[in-house]
Amino acid sequence: MSNISDFKLFELVEKIKKKDLSSKEVTNAFIERSKKSKKLNSYITENFEDALIKAKQFDEKPDFNKKLPGIPLAVKDLFCTKNIRTTAGSKILENFIPTYESTVTENILNEGGIIIGKLNCDEFAMGSSNETSFFGNVQNPISENLVPGGSSGGSSSALAAKLTPATIGTDTGGSIRQPASFTGTVGLKPTYGSCSRYGIVAFASSLDQAGPMTQNVKDCALMLEVMSSYDDKDSTSVDFKRGPYLKDLNENIKGKKIGIPKQYRVDGMPKEIDELWTKGMKIIEDNGGEIVEINLPNTNYALPTYYIVAPAEASSNLARYDGVKYGFRSKGENLIDMYEKTRSEGFGDEVKRRIMIGTYVLSSGYYDAYYLKAQKVRRLIKNDFDEAYKKVDAILTPSTPSSAFKIGEKTNDPVSMYLNDIFTVPINLAGLPAISIPAGHDKAGYPLGLQVIGKAFDEQNILNIAYSIEKNINFKNNINDWWIN
Amino acid sequence: MTIDLKTVKHISKLSRISIDDEKAKKLSKDLNSIFKFIEKLNELDTKNVEPLSSIVQKNLKLRKDQIKSKNIREDILKNSPENNEDFFVVPKVVE
Repeated sequence: MSNISDFKLFELVEKIKKKDLSSKEVTNAFIERSKKSKKLNSYITENFEDALIKAKQFDEKPDFNKKLPGIPLAVKDLFCTKNIRTTAGSKILENFIPTYESTVTENILNEGGIIIGKLNCDEFAMGSSNETSFFGNVQNPISENLVPGGSSGGSSSALAAKLTPATIGTDTGGSIRQPASFTGTVGLKPTYGSCSRYGIVAFASSLDQAGPMTQNVKDCALMLEVMSSYDDKDSTSVDFKRGPYLKDLNENIKGKKIGIPKQYRVDGMPKEIDELWTKGMKIIEDNGGEIVEINLPNTNYALPTYYIVAPAEASSNLARYDGVKYGFRSKGENLIDMYEKTRSEGFGDEVKRRIMIGTYVLSSGYYDAYYLKAQKVRRLIKNDFDEAYKKVDAILTPSTPSSAFKIGEKTNDPVSMYLNDIFTVPINLAGLPAISIPAGHDKAGYPLGLQVIGKAFDEQNILNIAYSIEKNINFKNNINDWWIN
Repeated sequence: MTIDLKTVKHISKLSRISIDDEKAKKLSKDLNSIFKFIEKLNELDTKNVEPLSSIVQKNLKLRKDQIKSKNIREDILKNSPENNEDFFVVPKVVE
């Protein structure tokens, strides 16, 4: 290993602490590799010059007690970063430069992290393939013209291509776990209330959660420790005992009961995914865990519920983009005309579609039939998990029903695109933590992931189970740097 | 149920998003396929189920009603497409 960018996050932290490497050397290595990787289109905004200045400042006055001492990180462009453009992948925020910092990125900065850039994502995080971004498609480093997943597609692409040693995403229905699965990386969606939503461009407020995306489980524990905090600026932030996730990370899963929901064995799921799932179960049993079949009877209703709840909340959240306070404005003959043209020209098709679904299900005469109905089914879905957790400590499922697909393959049929999130959406509806870890490949050589779902606030448990699976599965990502000439 | 062109135009008005006829036709097709998918929920009897609007069930915390950030007028106006240093500027509302 001679390249700095090949080191894992925790190795870089150790090397900087031992003074084997300086922050400037590390920051420069990831910036140089990012510069050679424009073809992936992972970045929306680069912050390279400023990052190098910050790295130099760190080296002049290092604080090795920090958890991310002088570590460069690129982050999803959904987090507001003070004085660094934040677009949410939308034309409507193309020129938006926040005057404040999101709590999660503030936590990263406070622990010594350095922001090297803002990463591409689906517009307002609405998408599963990064194809709805105003700033263009993102390439999956696994293979040319393959989607990196979404909505945190710039994040998964940059991470798998080693343009950043770790990154952060947001997950409303699978937007961390699905791209992690598509790129052979680790992604964790924490319990709702664990990471502050303050300063994250809002999509669906009762579902949105920020979380880490990393090369391995150990890095994931470290990043979660940095990101998660109680924050009185987010009224849904929960005050509970957090971590220390890294210190408490261990692979001992003896006596753990792991549930297998039969409803996740869906029609048409590739054989490789089924085999991978069985392999995961075997690892758990070989390491002293117990496999228990469980029942989540309302699983099939999760996606339809999500496609009412999420657009409803989005239509309300996105009402703020009116061409007045910030963002893009189009000329109009009067105020209403200005609003309508601004929103028509500023939003992309998928965002408009979701705003309209949301507006419809909340409109007079339809509220009870759709929105209230969905909230009731959401309760049933949560009850399913509550019932299951009386018998088991965690749940094991595949992360996605397929591996990464080609760019353009699913853009014409919104429902087939939505089906990507079939295994991840129920977890957001129930507010639970879940981690996706790479576990194998399909016939084409594309990565596949397994998902471990935990009880609320039981992140340590799913990290430990994931750690145990990771140690036994020996996954290797096949990336040949095809995008670098 | 089907979402016809007239309904699409009505929703677009409510959403404050102008759309032309061609887009409206495409949207009507998409929305119909999405709502067909959504209507699966009608299979479930939810008569006695309490709706779940938030996972965090505790009452929201109250805080003191105090001003925390002062003199941020410039910051607030900084990103507006049009302002006159004191206010946001919008097209004329009152004749």
